[in-house]
Amino acid sequence: MDSDIIKLNKVNFYYGPTRALTDITMNFVKNKVTALIGPSGCGKSTLLRLLNRMNDLIDGTRVEGEILFEDKNIYASDVDSVEIRRKIGMVFQKPNPFPKTIYNNISYGPKLTGIGADNMDALVERSLRQAVLWDEVKDILNKSAMNLSGGQQQRLCIARALAMKPDVLLMDEPTSALDPISTAKIEELIEELKKDYTIIIVTHNMQQAARISDETAFFYIGNLVEYNKTEKIFTNPDVKQTEDYITGRFG
Amino acid sequence: MEERKHTSSHYEMELQEIKNNLIYLGALTENVIRLAMKSLTDRDTQMANKVIANDYEIDKMDKEIEEKCIKMLALRQPTAIDLRFITTAIKITGHLERIGDMAVNIAEKVVQLNEEPKLKPYIDLPHMSDMVEKMVAKALDSLIKRDLQIADEVRKIEQQVDDLNEQIFRELLTFMMEDSKSIHRALLIMHVSKNLERIADHAQGIADMVTYMITGENVRHLSTDAK
Repeated sequence: MDSDIIKLNKVNFYYGPTRALTDITMNFVKNKVTALIGPSGCGKSTLLRLLNRMNDLIDGTRVEGEILFEDKNIYASDVDSVEIRRKIGMVFQKPNPFPKTIYNNISYGPKLTGIGADNMDALVERSLRQAVLWDEVKDILNKSAMNLSGGQQQRLCIARALAMKPDVLLMDEPTSALDPISTAKIEELIEELKKDYTIIIVTHNMQQAARISDETAFFYIGNLVEYNKTEKIFTNPDVKQTEDYITGRFG
Repeated sequence: MEERKHTSSHYEMELQEIKNNLIYLGALTENVIRLAMKSLTDRDTQMANKVIANDYEIDKMDKEIEEKCIKMLALRQPTAIDLRFITTAIKITGHLERIGDMAVNIAEKVVQLNEEPKLKPYIDLPHMSDMVEKMVAKALDSLIKRDLQIADEVRKIEQQVDDLNEQIFRELLTFMMEDSKSIHRALLIMHVSKNLERIADHAQGIADMVTYMITGENVRHLSTDAK
């Protein structure tokens, strides 16, 4: 049965005096892929970063409303943002491996937080296998991650996020810097990962959203315009504005 | 040579599912043609009624395939051979559904024919029906095997079916001219023959779409284009 892992209730977000998100109320379903789409500046990346408190790092920002992760408000004063980021991992647009070995890229986070300390080798292997990278790197674990191709680096970053044993993976345009083959591999990986994780992905590539997501949310100027099953959004959306956007009639 | 698989195994699976559904729908339609014709030759009204009653299964599968294809177009943006396969699948499912309707038409005529004495022994019609069933089977085979030669064979049989339909028409005309009491039955048999001939047209339509899918060349209506 579908169950909601993250719930947003009347969320407003401000960069200084500017309101970037307006009254967003939506729930993210566990073990599903949800795509956030919309034109530049619509607030989709802002929303993504709100979900693991990445916006805390930007001065002058302010959040109103509630964001509940497993029914607890992640912005409550007693919540540790580092712990939130462990449970809600993030993969960025450009692959950003540490300038370390492949092995150390994976083990770095767990070591800091004490995860998997009893059997680090197993954790590294498991994470790389989950990211479908193990077969390609198992013999070069002690080589620098910087020597990997872009697509491999991005899968390494996904493996690195998985090593922290998160519940949710946030992905901000994870394939925009990759070629079509690497993109296809990451997309295939996302479809596999949703068995174990909840994935929320921001993408400018609408076709990608259509291909890989179960649910799609369309944002426009800080508002959530339509949120529905991906199949519904891409075959017969309820709102005219959504249809205009996905059919390229937006000017 | 075995076809290479897509990087996305889910995409691969969805395409395969549509193919399997088409094969299943093809088997359903082949079966109803056979049953409709058997109900004619055996004068089995119960069997004819069963063909009429079970048409909903074909309609349901047709709708299901069409919905899957539309979903694929919207969500997967198929290109090249995959695009040609999906557009072909939409057309083929339409042809198969119509074939199902024609089997129903035949069954309806059979119900009426069985209420009257037999006009004549059925010889050419079962022969025509065999050819038509073969056409449908071959058309689907050409789809599964992606085989142009099999698609060509379908087109060749179609001409023979047309000729046979003409021949049956002429023969029935003589019956009608000789005895006006035979007109009603003769017209019903003509309907059966005409429906078989239409099924053959649909089978050819499937073969033409398969040819398009394999080569990218549209071979439909070639004789009309030349005019």
